[in-house]
This record gives sequence, structure tokens and C-alpha cells, in this order.
Amino acid sequence: MSTITTDTWNVLTRELRPVLRDPFSLIFSLVQPLVFLGLFGPLLVATSGQPAAATLQSFVPGILVMIALFGTGTTGSNLLYEMQTGSHERTLVAPISRSSLLVGRALKEMVPIMVQACIIALVTIPFGFSVNPIGLALGLVLLALFGLGFGALSYSLALASRNNDWMFWGIQQATLFPLMILSGMLLPLEHAPQWMQVAAAFNPISYVVAAERALLSGDLASMTVVWGFVAAAVLAVIGLSVGIRAMKKAA
Amino acid sequence: MTTDTIITARGLTKTFTVRKAVVEAVTDLDLDVQRGELVAFLGPNGAGKSTSLRMLTTLLPPTSGTATVVGHDIARDPAGVRRRIGYIGQGTSAGHNQRVRDELLSQGAFYGMGRRAAATRADELLESLDLAPLATRKVLGLSGGQKRRLDIALGLIHSPELLFLDEPSTGLDPQSRANLWQHILDLRREHGTTIFVTTHFLEEADLFAERVLVMDHGRMIADDTAGNLKTTLAGDVITLGFASEADARAAAARAGGTAAGSSLSLTVDHGELVLPRLLRELDSVTSATLRQPTLDDVFLALTGRSLREDAATSKEEINA
Repeated sequence: MSTITTDTWNVLTRELRPVLRDPFSLIFSLVQPLVFLGLFGPLLVATSGQPAAATLQSFVPGILVMIALFGTGTTGSNLLYEMQTGSHERTLVAPISRSSLLVGRALKEMVPIMVQACIIALVTIPFGFSVNPIGLALGLVLLALFGLGFGALSYSLALASRNNDWMFWGIQQATLFPLMILSGMLLPLEHAPQWMQVAAAFNPISYVVAAERALLSGDLASMTVVWGFVAAAVLAVIGLSVGIRAMKKAA
Repeated sequence: MTTDTIITARGLTKTFTVRKAVVEAVTDLDLDVQRGELVAFLGPNGAGKSTSLRMLTTLLPPTSGTATVVGHDIARDPAGVRRRIGYIGQGTSAGHNQRVRDELLSQGAFYGMGRRAAATRADELLESLDLAPLATRKVLGLSGGQKRRLDIALGLIHSPELLFLDEPSTGLDPQSRANLWQHILDLRREHGTTIFVTTHFLEEADLFAERVLVMDHGRMIADDTAGNLKTTLAGDVITLGFASEADARAAAARAGGTAAGSSLSLTVDHGELVLPRLLRELDSVTSATLRQPTLDDVFLALTGRSLREDAATSKEEINA
């Protein structure tokens, strides 16, 4: 293995250790999606006038993307905290490449997302959600790819706001909710005003949500799926390159 | 102990731009440290000690000047330097959500150690730093002293030949501080590790370092053994008491020094030898005290300020 691969692997392993030691922490962070499923879901069913199963079919994939969005959107705060305490500094003095410090962390994001999304998908099956197994597997890969890119962006934001942490939370709050609403994740945007539809067309998460819906319903060969993967891949490339640059600059 | 040079710095300078004003954090630092030395960098907060350390450990690129650390240039081959040094910073090195032993294993992997080697070394360090019972505890729950010992263990995982410590005893109670220094001194005795430590605790530099570098306002203003600094820059102060002002003045005429009221004070070298002689020669002495200088007197002689007051009032350290 080359040095960068080894370094990345070592950083990834370090990041995964607390998750493996404390797997229940993954369950606890499912509170938010469960609240949306339990309290927002019934409202959606009631107002849509469609049977519960049909509503769930479009709502659950959105919730899975929500897990990835919120899980990785806040992950930069861990790095922020490590920069404030000194443990990030310790890794900067160690002989590991700067890019591995970012890539290893971003790769780690994929693991909790896949586990959590899998749990939520399975939990909703008894309520009438029908899932295509191959679609679910591909859907998890798509979420992981999206989480990798979005997590890298969250780390970049942490690196950029290392001297004033309010900036991290400010920008994070200011972007997560608009991104969520303008992706059609909770409420479909078909009846939205024109400007919102235009904004959604520029939001990569819209494509991921649409692809996730297609995949879980078993519509595996559609172009929607391809565009979802393209959006997630572009986001990952942008996230990683911005993140690597931020990491090198901050060090 | 071999006497080759392990740190060489020439003209090392770091300037920061803080709100459009240029701040010289470190100016023209020239430095040679021999293998096996225990060197203390002493100075008030904001004197430039940490910035110097951060340049030598490749955390901060110098604005100008050069330095070679363990045979590798800090600018051209930072990775070569990193592999060979240990660094214990001011903060907590371990991640808050990690377990104690896990962090040591990760650290071992970062330094290219195999799993077995890292595990053996981790257990060895846990044992010698009295951390073994805490191996599976989360870092978050450790006390200040325990966290500091873990910092030391993390810094030592790869048995570096040169160890940098930045203000290692800040925030520790006196007992933990003594304990920490015991570990540092053991390390040096057993492995001949070169130790470079910054501190604003006078007593520490005085007690443990054989060589003290005094830094103030970004410049190194003295470099010698603590003993030599005290003899050449401060001197011992003998104060003698007399029954009357007249006696004190008469004594001043014979022995020198300054009389003030009914007492006389003299600044001398080797006060412990001078005092008995004075007592024999001056029969009117009623009381006598000898005060040997501390490094604070040295700092006072060098800068006109006391390091104690300075440490208390100035808390500004340039963050970089």
C-alpha cells in the first residue's frame, strides 16, 4: 500500500473506533428521522389523500437522504472540537499526509449512514413501505457517496471557521434547512412556485432524493438513478478537493 | 552520551499579520541543542516560546530563517522531522470520544508501527504512566492529570530521540506536576532522550533544566545554565541587621553595600562563603539573612520586569 492509502486507512480506523465501541450511539442519532417519520409522516398521509403505502414510498427515501444530510452536515463539529482541544494538532505533527487526514474522515461518514439508513428502511416495511432489495443496496451506496462529499464539505467548513466556531454553526444552520426543503425531501416540489423549482434544479440533493425514490421502488434502470449518481459523484469530487485544500492550508 | 547537534536554527523569524498590523512573534532565533540535553525555554506568555516550538516541530512555516531538526530541514523535509520527533502540545492530544488504549494504537499506526509492536508499546506506556486501569475509559472522563499523562504516552509511542513539550504542567496541581516531571526525568535517564520544554514556571526551569534559554518579546535574551545565569546576572543578597543606624553606617564603611535604616544589604557572589566572614569581621551584627537569587531575579536583571507579575498580567498569546 502506498503511504497515502495507509495513512487514509489509519485515519479511517481511528475515526471508526468510537463507533465500533459504542454502536448504540448510531441508534440514538436516529431520533430526528424517527420524529419526522412518526409526526410528519401521518400529516403527509392525511393531506395527500393517497393510501399510506403510496405516501411512504416517496417519503421514506427522502428520510434516508435526510439522515445522510444531517449526519454528515454536522460532522465537521467533531473536527472543530479536535482543533480546539489539541488532538488535531497532534495528528498534524505525526508523519501522515494532510490529504489523508481529510479523506479518512470523510470516508468514515459512509459507515454510520449505511447502517442507519438500512435500519430506517427495514423499520418502515411493516407500515407498508415496499423495498426492492437490489435497489436498497444501490441506494445505500448512493447515500454513502453523497455522505462522503457532503461530509468533506462539512469538514472544509470546520477548517475555514476554526478561529470562530459560531461561523460553523451559522453557515451550517443557514444551508442545511434550505437544502433540505429545496430538494423535495419532505414535501414534493411539483406544486411549488417556479423560483423554488428553479432553485431545486440547482440543488444536487434533489437528484439524490429522486434517484433514491426510483431505486427503492425498484426502478433501477431509469435515467433518474444515473443523474442521482452523477450529482453525488460531482459533490464528492468537489467536497474532497475543497476539503484537501482547506486541510493543507489550515496546517 | 554523544555530543552531536540535534537542533540547529539560524535566523528563525515568524511574523503574523493581526488586523493589518505586523506582529513579530519570533525574531532572529539562533539555537544549537546537543543530543541528550534538557533545555528549558523560559519567558512570559506571548514571548514567542510556543511559536518557536511550533516552527521547530513543522507546525508553522517560518517567515524567514532555517532550522535543522534531527538531521532534517524543517521547510524542505517536514515529514522527515515529524517521523523522528515527539511533540506534546499545550492542549489535550487525545480525541475526547476515544478510548485511552485505542488512541495509543491509532497513534502507533500513524507512526508506521505494526499492530503487534503498537500494542506492546501501548501497554508498556500505560503501565509506566500509571494509566493501565484506565485503558478502556473514554478520554472525556479523565482528570486533568490523567489526560496529561496520556498526552505524554501519545508523544512517546514511537520512542522519539527528541521530545518537545509545550507548557507541560499548565493547569496541573503541584502533585501531578511533580509526577509529570518525574516521568520526564526518568525518560531522559533511561533513554538519553533530548528534551526541549517551554515553561513560564520559574521553579521548573530552575529545578530540572540544565540549560535555560530566556525569551522575551520574540527574542532570545539569555542562554546558559541556571546556575551561571544567576551568578552572572543576579548575585546573592546578604542583609545584615544592626542595633542602630550608626552601627549600620559604620559597617557599610568597612564592608561596602548600602545601609538603609539599621540594616545593610550587599549583593555578592557566593553569599554562603561571604556571610560567615562578615559575621566574624563585624561584631555589631544582630541579625543576618542570605537570599540566593532565583531565575526571576535573572529575568528582572535582564528585562527590568518580574516574570511573576508578567505571567499574571499578560495573557495574550498569539494564536496561530
